[in-house]
Amino acid sequence: MNDKKWIVLGLAVFLVLFLSPFLYNVLIKGAKAAPMPEVVLTEKAKAAKQCVMPTEFMRANHMQLLDEWRLKVVRSGLRDFTNAEGKTFNMSLSNTCLDCHSNKADFCDRCHNYASVAPYCWDCHIQNPQGETK
Amino acid sequence: MKSSRRRFIKLAGIAALGLGAQPAIKAIAPAAEHGSQMQFTQSPNALTAKQWAMVIDARRFKTPADLEPMIEACHKLHNVPHFTEKRHEIKWIWETHYHNAFPNVPNRFISEETEERPYLVLCNHCQNPPCVRACPTQATFKRASDGIVMMDMHRCIGCRFCMAACPYGSRSFNFVDPLKGLVESEINLKYPRRMKGVVEKCTFCVERLAEGQMPACVEASNGAIVFGDLEDPESEVRQVLRENFTIRRKQNLGTEPCVYYIV
Repeated sequence: MNDKKWIVLGLAVFLVLFLSPFLYNVLIKGAKAAPMPEVVLTEKAKAAKQCVMPTEFMRANHMQLLDEWRLKVVRSGLRDFTNAEGKTFNMSLSNTCLDCHSNKADFCDRCHNYASVAPYCWDCHIQNPQGETK
Repeated sequence: MKSSRRRFIKLAGIAALGLGAQPAIKAIAPAAEHGSQMQFTQSPNALTAKQWAMVIDARRFKTPADLEPMIEACHKLHNVPHFTEKRHEIKWIWETHYHNAFPNVPNRFISEETEERPYLVLCNHCQNPPCVRACPTQATFKRASDGIVMMDMHRCIGCRFCMAACPYGSRSFNFVDPLKGLVESEINLKYPRRMKGVVEKCTFCVERLAEGQMPACVEASNGAIVFGDLEDPESEVRQVLRENFTIRRKQNLGTEPCVYYIV
């Protein structure tokens, strides 16, 4: 039992180290969450008012939708998408999505960086289909 | 509460019913939410066929320069990188020598003109494609709707089994980042590039067929290449096949290639 003080000290040091990120946030940074990312809409996107699906759906499920598009285009050879309003779109990331959302840095990347996701779409898909500089 | 055998069996029955119903409920729920709102269709002006095929009139191509426009058109359109180093080479459509194109048509003393002219070769979109059987992820597959042997770049893991399986050398592996072999200003912004570590090949221009256009090489060939539906007896391809003697590459292997040559 002679080692009690060392054990307690060790535990205390461990706890402080373990909690240091939380302590840092609470004590030094004032426990504020990182500011929510704000996406910028281009004039064209604003004018269209609604994306291919309702905004709420797009915000939550655009990845599933894109995955579905990819399957349909590549594997089934279906390239036209018709939404509930009866509007038809060509299912293409570079040519349809980025046609409106031509500001990838201010639209896609802001949220992706905030959520710390790194989709590898842009390894192949062209991110500036209108030929602007990256 | 007293437990009895009767009670236990009852509870087990109810639990089994609940578990069994779960997948069914799951399958219905999202469909009711959004499924009815989405429709996926083919573009109305898309070209369709049961099995696309190509007939190349090799007699019309006398020198390598005659093949250049087609290779150029294809590689420009699809952002196919150009590497001077042979082992990094990416090719969708290219020229080859008679003996490499048709190694098992081994007649001696053949016409010099036939032997010396360059041959345009590309993926044969076989009816029995060995690459499809070799692919462990089904990244390459034979599309049931039109018989095109397609590549799904998203699924390719770069194992290169398909390259080993293809008897025509139609597949190229991206050993280096393809961007390094492309000129920035010449990139076709309408078509994706590829990334390092995937296999690529000719796709019979699916993206053009979907918009009602003929493949790029057919368009650039001034009529020397005919493209159409092999299963339709009235198609132009069948017409040409009826009227000319044609050969196919290594057809004794049983892959049933869909690119025919008039020699």
